[in-house]
Amino acid sequence: MSIQATMEDKLNKAFSPERLVIINESHLHAGHHHHGSDHHGAYDGTGETHFRVRVVSSTFAGMSRIDRHRAVNELLADELKAGVHALAIEPAAPGEKIRW
Amino acid sequence: MSGINDYIDNEVKGNDVVLFMKGTPGFPQCGFSGQVVQILDYIGADYKGVNVLDSAELRQGIKDYSNWPTIPQLYVKGEFVGGCDIVREMFQAGELQTFLVEKGVSVKGAA
Repeated sequence: MSIQATMEDKLNKAFSPERLVIINESHLHAGHHHHGSDHHGAYDGTGETHFRVRVVSSTFAGMSRIDRHRAVNELLADELKAGVHALAIEPAAPGEKIRW
Repeated sequence: MSGINDYIDNEVKGNDVVLFMKGTPGFPQCGFSGQVVQILDYIGADYKGVNVLDSAELRQGIKDYSNWPTIPQLYVKGEFVGGCDIVREMFQAGELQTFLVEKGVSVKGAA
């Protein structure tokens, strides 16, 4: 299973989201060198390294921004360790303004 | 406490606003870090940028310090505020300026 499919599965199970969109933005980072970082060489843009997660779930109601992000980061901790280099997160509770 | 943890703790507690980032405010080396720099510059807050690319120890240490897996990370008056997404959301909602002022940090711009 691709990393994206695994993440989608985990997010669906954990948050029963009303809406969930996972966007692979790795191609936007093609040629992006990480000078001095743990990542050697440039990303070729074809992999599963940079993702954006947009999720609307009642789980997030009453949670602070930091706690929402922590919940997603912790759920996807294995993926972050295993090669997902950037994870942008746009969490919302139902009824909150979103722009997607 | 390890040396790197002490170093980070000093930076966090010794500066009103400190941004752990990839690159420097003058030359960000990551788009997410660059976004936070632009926002802080726009609202005219004084801040210190700490380049995590200077050492692998620092790059990992800041993730452990805050239990937050990604960079950039913004701290205000010793408190972890968040990463790029949170800073941008707060800025777009007009909350970042209010938050900084409430914390006693001067914001000069906010044109």
